[in-house]
Amino acid sequence: MTTLAYTLSDSRVMLRRNLKHQLRYPSMTVMLIGLPIVLLLLFVYVFGGQLGAGLGTHDGRGAYLDYVVPGLLLITVASVVQGTSIMVAMDMTGGIIDRFRTMAIARASVLTGHVLGSLIQTLAAMVILIGVAFGLGFRSSAGPLSWLAATGILALFAFALIWLAVALGLAAKSVETASNTPMILLLLLFLSSGFVSTATMPTGLRQFAEYQPFTPVADAVRGLLSGTAVGGHAIAAIAWSIGIAVVSYLWGVRLYNRRRAAEPK
Amino acid sequence: MASAAAAGIAAQNVRKSFGDHVVLENVSLAVEEGTILALLGPNGAGKTTMVRILSTLIPPDSGSMRIAGHDVVNDPDGVRAVIGVTGQFSAVDNLLTGAENLQLMADLRHLGREAGRRRVAELLEQFDLADAADKLLSAYSGGMRRRLDLAMTLVDQPQVIFLDEPTTGLDPRSRRTMWQIIRQLAAAGVTILLTTQYLDEADQLADRIVVLDQGRIVAEGTPAELKSRIPGGHVQLHFADPRGLRTAAELLPAAGSDQDQLVLQVPADGTVDSLRDLLNELHEARIVVERLSIHTPDLDDVFFGVTGSHVSAQPNQDSRLQGAANR
Repeated sequence: MTTLAYTLSDSRVMLRRNLKHQLRYPSMTVMLIGLPIVLLLLFVYVFGGQLGAGLGTHDGRGAYLDYVVPGLLLITVASVVQGTSIMVAMDMTGGIIDRFRTMAIARASVLTGHVLGSLIQTLAAMVILIGVAFGLGFRSSAGPLSWLAATGILALFAFALIWLAVALGLAAKSVETASNTPMILLLLLFLSSGFVSTATMPTGLRQFAEYQPFTPVADAVRGLLSGTAVGGHAIAAIAWSIGIAVVSYLWGVRLYNRRRAAEPK
Repeated sequence: MASAAAAGIAAQNVRKSFGDHVVLENVSLAVEEGTILALLGPNGAGKTTMVRILSTLIPPDSGSMRIAGHDVVNDPDGVRAVIGVTGQFSAVDNLLTGAENLQLMADLRHLGREAGRRRVAELLEQFDLADAADKLLSAYSGGMRRRLDLAMTLVDQPQVIFLDEPTTGLDPRSRRTMWQIIRQLAAAGVTILLTTQYLDEADQLADRIVVLDQGRIVAEGTPAELKSRIPGGHVQLHFADPRGLRTAAELLPAAGSDQDQLVLQVPADGTVDSLRDLLNELHEARIVVERLSIHTPDLDDVFFGVTGSHVSAQPNQDSRLQGAANR
């Protein structure tokens, strides 16, 4: 086998390990996938009547459902990456990582296994969320190409945030820290166009909301799903995703390699 | 040294410090192929750091090391391909079953589907884990986890293995099982470096012992050499009355007597000849000895002799527990 073949083989083994973890730790998996669904119900049935009234259509709640689905898809991403961060930190604080390091395996495979596992988990969680949304009455005028583009943008953004979560998990001194830091992503999401139009926010907050990554991603996905103009949102979303992915990847790999030199325990 | 280069361990002048704290100072050791070397020392002596350096986990500040001919610093992947490491903290995956843990190792060692499955089944059998193969590790006892840990290390039949405190925290029965496994490995030609803070463990298992204290080697040799190097071997003679003790003390001026216990301690090297001479001497002087006991120096004496401090003597307690358990 060549080096590349070994890398692929090792990454596949690690991916299988991480997928098994997700099944063996169902409480966390259910929590991470269930949270966005609970929030969907909350936003539509509790806040939806009031928030939908601002959209100026006949069926406010239904219109708000259509509006908020991209926001909840992003909640799904933010929720799953919290699990990524926890799983990475659990690996790093446990004994097994030292075993991997003393074996002649592709160095990157431990991290790529986590990334691919989380990406699959995110996509599965988003499919479930979309299914529930359709059940509640969500309708989209998007054609297959638009769906594909929306999926691509979400997957790329998820990929970026997963790498960020991997880096946060590596940087965390404990599993508790690793579970808390990704909460910042949820907060950022609430300060974006995920749930309400940024036009309704006070000036300072609006400017912040318009220049952070969640807004262009939410706007691009919303545009694609509702068949309206996407324009610069998609480009901004892709640029943010690539930027976050590259920086997080470099940071993560650096942290992963530096741990070698650290004092035991 | 030539054979150590072939399939053993050779380390010269290994130094390591964390900040100002010097953890290892010029530690050199050699382990011949198929032998067991015990790195013995109290907590904080630098044993684990030495293992972490030799197993490529952390780089040394300086020093040269070769494992089965591979340079640790320049060819870490070459080293990783021939070693197995069982650390102090169990390096097992808690969310997988025992069989899955072994299969994970087989896959990462690229054994191939069939060979991997065979090896997993073989190890489950050998380590008495076949019944628990499909149970999650949360259902495993401490001893089972340790056995699985070692089995995972052995999936690809490494030439050299490092065992960092392999029996710490185990109950006496599991400890003995572990010893047996380690002996079998060495008999099969595997080179083993183990660390321990238990003196009887080093005595039981090791061909050679290196005593480490505060990052420096303070003594080394075979268990017998270390024991012979220090005085402390003696024969204790117990008497029924003070008169016998007094007469014997006069006959044997080198001995120390204890009037209260009616005991005389006679220095002895532990050989049968010297014992026979002593008994003949007593017999000719018509001194009646109630009973006698022979004390050979143990490694605790060695450790006390070279470092000035004792090491926790858990082994004695263990053998007592073991005795009770067998009854």
